[in-house]
Amino acid sequence: MALIPLKLKHLLPTLILALLTVQPTFAAKETSDKGDLKTEIREYIMHHLLDSHDFNILSYTDDAGAVHHVGMPLPVILWDEGIKIFSSSKFHHGETVAQVGANYYALDHGKIYKTDAGGTINYDENHHATNLAPLDFSMTKGVVTILFTALLMFFLFKGLAKSYKTNGQVAKGVGRFFEPIVLYVRDEIAIPNIGEKHYKKYMSFLLTLFFFIWFLNLLGLTPLGINVTGNIAVTFALAILTFIITNVTGKKDYWKHIFWMPGVPTVMKLALAPIELLGVFIKPFSLMIRLYANISAGHIVLMSLIALMFIFNNWLGSSLSFVLAFAISIIEILVALLQAYIFTVLSALYFGFAVEEHDHEDH
Amino acid sequence: MEIPVMVGAGLVVIGVGIGIGNIGRGAMEAIGRQPDAYGKIQTAMLIAAALVEGIGFAALFAVS
Amino acid sequence: MEKLLGEFSFGLFFWQSLIFIGLILLLKKFAWKPILDAVNEREDSIKEALQSAKEARKEMEALQSDNQRILKEARAERESLLKEARKTSSEMINSAKEEAKAESQKILNQAQEAIQNEKRAAISDLKAQVASISMEIAEKVVRQELEDKDKQLKLVEQLLKDVSLK
Repeated sequence: MALIPLKLKHLLPTLILALLTVQPTFAAKETSDKGDLKTEIREYIMHHLLDSHDFNILSYTDDAGAVHHVGMPLPVILWDEGIKIFSSSKFHHGETVAQVGANYYALDHGKIYKTDAGGTINYDENHHATNLAPLDFSMTKGVVTILFTALLMFFLFKGLAKSYKTNGQVAKGVGRFFEPIVLYVRDEIAIPNIGEKHYKKYMSFLLTLFFFIWFLNLLGLTPLGINVTGNIAVTFALAILTFIITNVTGKKDYWKHIFWMPGVPTVMKLALAPIELLGVFIKPFSLMIRLYANISAGHIVLMSLIALMFIFNNWLGSSLSFVLAFAISIIEILVALLQAYIFTVLSALYFGFAVEEHDHEDH
Repeated sequence: MEIPVMVGAGLVVIGVGIGIGNIGRGAMEAIGRQPDAYGKIQTAMLIAAALVEGIGFAALFAVS
Repeated sequence: MEKLLGEFSFGLFFWQSLIFIGLILLLKKFAWKPILDAVNEREDSIKEALQSAKEARKEMEALQSDNQRILKEARAERESLLKEARKTSSEMINSAKEEAKAESQKILNQAQEAIQNEKRAAISDLKAQVASISMEIAEKVVRQELEDKDKQLKLVEQLLKDVSLK
């Protein structure tokens, strides 16, 4: 594996040298290995995107061929005719079957299935496991990260709130950085989209949402291998809250615009109602998909580019991959903020639709 | 001859790319004309781009 | 779509919802409300301070213009007072002059009158004296002269001559 020192003045000669030293015979010799490497990388990326039952930071194979994992096991909580709690170390990273009482459980693609002592897992024709899957309330890597973020946010913003009291209405320390962002959410996201009259009751949700998504997006870019906001369950939970809040706080005008659009002919009203009703569900659905897809795609691209360095296995390709991966990392930092912003702005916009009041009939 | 669904998704993504490009160009022209309305244009641009983006994701997830 | 459903984990959804809703409520109580309140309070106080500064400036301006006005008035008053004083003084001088002139005239007149009177008195006195002296002289002369008859006659003649001459 070649990771060249990236000094610009050395880059050009290095590239030329690399071009000259690419040996076709060498590449041909390793083709079969590379096929395996690609499958392995694909598996690895797919595994990374999913939640896992242990907090694994890195795995490596030593000279003797034994696989070592660095990280910590997390508690597994199952509901299978009563609560079953055990450590995920019993799975040995999916290699063994965990025996809890008289039950056996096995991991398959990040999910826990009930199995027998031999760990048999049956698949249907679509390669889906058909074993019984108990309800899984485990403290997975994602849950631990969410908990960590929640605690971080709680102490961060509690400290900010406290500093106003102790420091004479002026934020101090790290709050100096976060206060303008809080004000930005209020002045540029909440007030213009919801309106001066109603925005206050949505502020807590919008602020929490914005910082929660942003922090988790950024945590996803750390080398800890966390992917929380790129998980459909998490974005679903966030989007459904927006959906619930929008429809619970929706005023008369909001429902009128959905079911009986004022100011259009009756035929159009009948035609618009189902479309508008569909829109009510599509809006949070697109929120969910957007965040999930952006973060997942970012992780896939980034990891693929890093993997490319290993696949190319020569000076030119690897260094190009490195430069590209570096650039994409920087873009991803921007995307982390942008996606949090978009989610918050669109939520605020939907809340704005919900509380909007029309004075005139012909709107 | 059957066209693979992946090709369809690719076509949708091309369309979405052109669409978002147009939105960006429109926003930049608008900012050029009215630099004072920068904030409002940016918000509208992001919302429009987000909506178009949704179509692309729908296509990608329909085939995956 | 199938992939999404396959990836969906109910446990993660459950924990995420629980933690997130809990976080919203906790942050609302301990962070967002105090932060927004503090910021609002600060903004209000800034607004108030600006307002009061504006008012103070306005007041100051009013005061200044008041001062200006008072100053102007005072100056005008002083001017008018001065003018009046000047006028009064000149009037006083004039009247004094006038009076002095009149007085002096009067004194002069009186003096002249007195002189005239004195003169008249002196003249009449002189006349009387002259008369008496003349009478005495005449008596003496007459006595002397009349001792001699011729002489008396001569004198009478002479006197008569004089009288007729006058």
